[in-house]
Amino acid sequence: MTRSTLATLVGMVLLILSLPAFAIFQEKPLADPKEEARAQELMRDFRCLVCQNQAISESHADLAGDMRAIVRERIAAGDDNDTVRQYFIDRYGDWVLLDPPLNRKTILLWAGGGVILLVGVGLIFIRMRRSTRAGMQGQTGLSDTEKAELERLMREQG
Amino acid sequence: MTDNTDTAGEAPTRRRSRTGLLFALLPVAAFVVIGVFLFRGLSLDPSEIYSVLINKPAPAFDLAPLPGKDNGLASSDLTQPVQLVNVFASWCVACRVEHPLLMELKRNGTVPIHGLNYKDQPQAALNWLRNFGDPYDRIGSDLNGRVGIDFGVYGVPETFIVNGEGVIVRKITGPITPQILQKELLPLIAEMQK
Repeated sequence: MTRSTLATLVGMVLLILSLPAFAIFQEKPLADPKEEARAQELMRDFRCLVCQNQAISESHADLAGDMRAIVRERIAAGDDNDTVRQYFIDRYGDWVLLDPPLNRKTILLWAGGGVILLVGVGLIFIRMRRSTRAGMQGQTGLSDTEKAELERLMREQG
Repeated sequence: MTDNTDTAGEAPTRRRSRTGLLFALLPVAAFVVIGVFLFRGLSLDPSEIYSVLINKPAPAFDLAPLPGKDNGLASSDLTQPVQLVNVFASWCVACRVEHPLLMELKRNGTVPIHGLNYKDQPQAALNWLRNFGDPYDRIGSDLNGRVGIDFGVYGVPETFIVNGEGVIVRKITGPITPQILQKELLPLIAEMQK
């Protein structure tokens, strides 16, 4: 391995190691580390409206930056987490939350899968019970002499 | 006894065939339901977010005019039976696309149009208006974009149709196209001006 390829390799490894650093924004954190931690935590809950499947905590979109600033502002002003959430819900709807809240509009989303599963399991259960009952009826259709014959045959085999 | 089992066995068989038919139809029903949802999904734009502000009063705001202009924009200015609040910026490429339509509305005096100049450099905005024309009655300069966020703006251009009570009736996200103008906007404006 020549010197220059080694240098290239080392450079590439360093670049890969430094990738997470790109996600950190040059923004002024809140003075109180506890409040800043709460802000950071909250930023993970909000959807970037421009990139949609990214949280504002990791989005480079301009709007996400503004939203991060608002989160910090609201927390510095003494808002609790729910109030900050409501601030964004009032403007962008429930959709702004990456984790959709449980309410009348989202009940289908939350419960739909389970309900369909239950219905399916229920249907299978009903069918199975019915077919075993039908099967039992067929088996007990043997007359007493037939049953005795069957038992005798099985004893002989055993 | 054999008679007994026969008659007892017959009724469930008939019942079973009817439920059997129901079972057979179940996948078909499921297919139809899923199909309806998917078909509807074809005509939805996933990047378009339904605005929670529809049928709610426009947020309260009071924005200064662009330098050298004298008409800023405040929520108290939204007093016409119908007016458009158009969110625009000189850096916004799609704003150029809808701009001629706004100019046409202005020329025809169809409806008052107000501008919300979103996160723009005031001088760049003034140049833009000088070069392409100014369709706006009033323009508020939303330098830090906070009024935009109050309006739930996430992609410029956006256009809000506001009624005489200051209530947002409809929102168009993205540029107004000739089709949207003819099929949705003009009929709605005519209806509201009645």
